[in-house]
Amino acid sequence: MSRSSRFITLEARPEPSALWVWAAPLLAVGLTLIAGGLLFAALGKDPVAALAGFFLKPLSSLYGLGELGVKAAPLALIAAGLAVGFRGGVWNIGAEGQLTMGAVVGGGVGLAFLESTGPLVLPAMMLCGALGGMAWAAIPALLRTRFNANEILTSLMLTYVAQLLLSWLVHGPWRSPSGFNFPETEMFGPAATLPVLIEGTRLHLGVVLALVVVGAIWVLLGRSFIGFQIKVMGLAPRAGAYAGFSQRRVIWMAMLLSGGAAGLAGLFEVAGPIGQLQPAISPGYGFTAIIVAFLGRLHPLGIVFAACFMALTYLGGETVQMDMGLPLAVTGVFQGMILFFLLAADVLIRYRIRLGRAASAKAL
Amino acid sequence: MRTSIIRMLVGAALAAGLATGGAQADEPTKVGFIYVGPVGDFGWSHQHDQGRQALEKAFGDKVKTSFVESVQEGADAERVVRQFAAGGYDLVFTTSFGFMNPTLKVAQQFPKVKFEHATGYKRSANVATYAARFYEGRYVIGVIAGLTTKSKVVGYVASFPIPEVVSGINAFARGLHSVNPEAQVKVIWVNSWYDPGKEREAAETLIAQGADVLSQHTDSPAPVQVAEEKGIFAFGQASDMSRFGPHAQLTAIVDNWNEYYIDRVKAVMDGTWKAEDTWGGLAAGMVHLAPYNAALPADVVEKAEAVRKAIVDGSLHPFAGPLKNQAGQEIVPAGQVLADDKILSMDWYIEGVQGQLPK
Amino acid sequence: MDVETLGAIGGAMSRAATPLALAAVGELVTEKAGVLNLGVEGMMLAGAVAAFAVTVATGNPLLGILAAMAAGMLLALLFGVLTLSLMANQVATGLALTIFGIGLSAFVGRDFVGTPLTALAPIHLPVLSDIPLIGPLIFGQDPLVYVTFVLVGGVSWFLMRSRAGLIVRAVGENHDAAHALGYDVIAIRYRAVLFGGAMGGLAGAYLSLVYTPMWVENMTAGRGWIALALVVFATWKPWRVLVGAYLFGGVTIVQLHIQGMGGAIPSQLLSMLPYLATIGVLVLISRDALRIRLNAPACIGKVFHPES
Repeated sequence: MSRSSRFITLEARPEPSALWVWAAPLLAVGLTLIAGGLLFAALGKDPVAALAGFFLKPLSSLYGLGELGVKAAPLALIAAGLAVGFRGGVWNIGAEGQLTMGAVVGGGVGLAFLESTGPLVLPAMMLCGALGGMAWAAIPALLRTRFNANEILTSLMLTYVAQLLLSWLVHGPWRSPSGFNFPETEMFGPAATLPVLIEGTRLHLGVVLALVVVGAIWVLLGRSFIGFQIKVMGLAPRAGAYAGFSQRRVIWMAMLLSGGAAGLAGLFEVAGPIGQLQPAISPGYGFTAIIVAFLGRLHPLGIVFAACFMALTYLGGETVQMDMGLPLAVTGVFQGMILFFLLAADVLIRYRIRLGRAASAKAL
Repeated sequence: MRTSIIRMLVGAALAAGLATGGAQADEPTKVGFIYVGPVGDFGWSHQHDQGRQALEKAFGDKVKTSFVESVQEGADAERVVRQFAAGGYDLVFTTSFGFMNPTLKVAQQFPKVKFEHATGYKRSANVATYAARFYEGRYVIGVIAGLTTKSKVVGYVASFPIPEVVSGINAFARGLHSVNPEAQVKVIWVNSWYDPGKEREAAETLIAQGADVLSQHTDSPAPVQVAEEKGIFAFGQASDMSRFGPHAQLTAIVDNWNEYYIDRVKAVMDGTWKAEDTWGGLAAGMVHLAPYNAALPADVVEKAEAVRKAIVDGSLHPFAGPLKNQAGQEIVPAGQVLADDKILSMDWYIEGVQGQLPK
Repeated sequence: MDVETLGAIGGAMSRAATPLALAAVGELVTEKAGVLNLGVEGMMLAGAVAAFAVTVATGNPLLGILAAMAAGMLLALLFGVLTLSLMANQVATGLALTIFGIGLSAFVGRDFVGTPLTALAPIHLPVLSDIPLIGPLIFGQDPLVYVTFVLVGGVSWFLMRSRAGLIVRAVGENHDAAHALGYDVIAIRYRAVLFGGAMGGLAGAYLSLVYTPMWVENMTAGRGWIALALVVFATWKPWRVLVGAYLFGGVTIVQLHIQGMGGAIPSQLLSMLPYLATIGVLVLISRDALRIRLNAPACIGKVFHPES
């Protein structure tokens, strides 16, 4: 029996379609342009100008391209880390908290060496940023492996705890003595700030390093034995257990890797464009990265594309607010629509659409 | 190569957009606003947007305004400020403390564009700062609270322990004690600028602990609603919230940026704009009190008005000495007042406020 | 702490817990059928704005509540079409639904910001409501608090005792086997997803009509995520959802009371308590690995296609 309504039948392909892997996103973009055009026209705006403002204008300058990198890098870095866990059936949804702790621990190092001009400050901050994220992810890993507590709940709850901890630090003990007691720390010194790579943009070293880490994760997943174990445990935990793979090790690996990546992303935010610790570090990168991971089909290369695309929708949203007076609410609706189209178009990769009442599966 | 194609497309698209609008001979003054919350928060950002709309009303097509809402005070802020600066805007209002460093950074790159940063303390040749002395209004409502409370416990729903909020609590307590020395202020922090549910829970808690008058430094009308429900009194915040508690709201601290925004835009048009600091209170009209509740006894209204007028004409300062901190140490001796920079950076409670601030 | 304060804490706790419990029990049924919908926050917001708009327009809060449930179901239907009919990834679609719901509710609600509304009055039972401690906790609550208990009981009975509930659980446990037995897996999952949407919408209506009768953007403030976490906390048992919601709400209220008493602990650290308490209790009840595995739907989040 295949699933059929009166006219449309989805029929599984024997192999995922190589054509549709690339064509599906294009179809989604096409549908987005049509639906978006209708949406903007319904709001009384010129659809062509609105769509151009949304998708093209942010990329029409060198600065804009740099901003795309600044916005996409943390998303790609976190998503690549999360994808490892998602493949292994480990559900870390607390990346936002791990990002916060990476910023706190790594940023704390920067605050401890405010006067230092040594070349080691920045590497030490990065290391501690990654360690801070790892430490925060280690808690759910420990609670899961030791007490069987589900990591979805623990990692999410710890996100709120991390944000409150940051809030307490910047309102209290780490507050800058020279800042009129506003909730901010001292600005990091030049030695603790990620250098800008292209003059006239904000494209900083962290963006490049994020890509390097994503590449490293790709290699790890594809080439290493632990990567293989993670994949097997995600697909067939029983088979993995027969082969002697330890689920405990997979959980620890996945949590530490995703936590470390998120922590590093948090450190890049504070040592890059922000330059200090303050109450708000990330506009929800840790949660958005979950979408990015799946949009990119849990594959590092796909994730980089998905992160750029997602970043573009945020930049485009700002642009149409500014240029056309479209409220943020509209860009949220539009962003949701784009994601729906993308996710729905993916069905064509694995299924064929048959029109007319299909015969039963046996007859094929 | 590719960028030029994109440029052409964008150019064409923009031309298509402009063709419908048509270009004018004398260009309108372009004013940009960046908000930290949604304009639908009915609080801080909402009031700044009221100011933006006042500009549209006042100048008609001589001015073109636009805004970007819910911009986080992190890496995003600098991009949005810069986009305004690069987009031919003459004046940009950055309306949250966390936009300070991004504003200064962008202002350096765009010396011809003028910037106005709200509630900050750093200025430059083309960055002015402005804020409101909310504490002046809070002293007045403290007086009203002191004359209204029967339980001698007054509740305060607070957002974050930043100087502006702390000085507001202290001024409120001073006004309260000036007419009712035994009354105490209970403070609960909700660690959010607006979360109606949490504000409601905090208000209920304060009432359970004996408060019969509520004040708030959070943005939603939830505490006023709770007061209405429980039959006690409250003070609105940011805007007149009497609709949410017609019997409960005695008055409200209203943020009013309208005249300031109109003045500053006019200065830009006239070429008289200067990068100065404006910190206006009741006298300047940046802080308003909403109409007094009709149920307030005449003598209370009279007293409140007398205090308000005294603050306006300068004969009364909310932080005039002798002023002691919680530990009873004298911070300001009699005959002096607390300096502005000390108010701007207040991180300690005065005598008679319960609780501790993070250090 | 006197009896009156305890009563106030109890009353506030049950009100804080109600929206969490409503949304969570809906999500629990969805997950029991093997579907993971992370769009709870979006569905709650859609419900909140629909309830508010319809109640303002008609003056009838009952219509508002129905509209909220319809709005939640509409978003859930969208989720269902994408994940069940088009077999899109459930995690990503749920998150996209939240983004969509936040935007849509803000757009629809623009004209309602600053509009007052009279709340649904709590039921005041003379004598009973005035009993110290028990009175405010058990009597004198608003109707939806009681409805929540009935709903949780109903869901518990349905899943554990009824034939239809057994089928829902079977579909979540092993969809291929359920399909082989001749059950229409997709149709059953649609119903479970729609029920989840209706409950999410109802939870939103509670916020915008009863708890804080107003509309402001994003007024759910993350409660949808807490509800999702509570399903996990409850190890997919309906009554435990209620326990979890009351625990979370209770600790929230208690930490506010500690603050009000003027303690020396920074408020941020006190605000962590509800989250830490939930983790702590989860650790305590999770140690029995086998029983939890029996409760968790084995097919959760997995795509069903009859041919694969």
